[in-house]
Amino acid sequence: MNSTMKSVEEVETAADRLATEAGLDEDQRFHIAMAVREAAINAVLHGNEYDPGRQIEVSLENTGKDLVITIADQGRGFDPGKVPDPLAQENLLRGTGRGIFLIRSLMDEVHFRQLDPGTELTLVKHLAPVAGKK
Amino acid sequence: MALSIASREVDGVTVLELSGRITLGEGSVQLRDAIRDLTGKGQRSILLDLGDVNYIDSSGLGELVSAYTTVKNQGAALKLLKLTKKVHDLLQLTKLYTVFDIYDDEASAIASFK
Repeated sequence: MNSTMKSVEEVETAADRLATEAGLDEDQRFHIAMAVREAAINAVLHGNEYDPGRQIEVSLENTGKDLVITIADQGRGFDPGKVPDPLAQENLLRGTGRGIFLIRSLMDEVHFRQLDPGTELTLVKHLAPVAGKK
Repeated sequence: MALSIASREVDGVTVLELSGRITLGEGSVQLRDAIRDLTGKGQRSILLDLGDVNYIDSSGLGELVSAYTTVKNQGAALKLLKLTKKVHDLLQLTKLYTVFDIYDDEASAIASFK
């Protein structure tokens, strides 16, 4: 997908559809769509810097146990361990820096993988087991 | 739906009624411009009615914080009115609930500026 806000909207819509089809409630759908939107914005804006020569790659899957969304960019990469804590008193009034925190807070698992070049984020939301199934 | 902003005056307080999404791009820019316009005119008391804001992302949260600090740095005040559940939950999650002065009813909010 192109590194545009239109792609971000499309990925957000696809995530909401995935969550809806999985039977999740409104709060959970909102959490997933928002986390995916933040990850897509990071890929398009901070990763690929809106460069039309760079793409983002997105996959969305319902494995039956989890919803798994993967978003990869072709940017310079970043170290998630170096992202300042937005809840720290000295950072509370900063205008930026809440995206990764929100993604981590709203999803059950978040995995970062460095590519060459770029970063891949995998977002996981566990699905509640269906009654009667093991 | 993008963000729409309606402005009215109540007892010297400018109430900005926001409706729609405050997100990266259009919504955030509209809010920034509206705040800049008000502070440029010397408005000292600003109340943001978020009752019809159904979505806000990290950029929108950042814009609220920037609006708050911009107004405060000019010796003026910006407060929030009527949070939707989604916005309320996000402000709690990000601890911004502790930063803003937040009201559920307009009369109390207006009175708090005096």
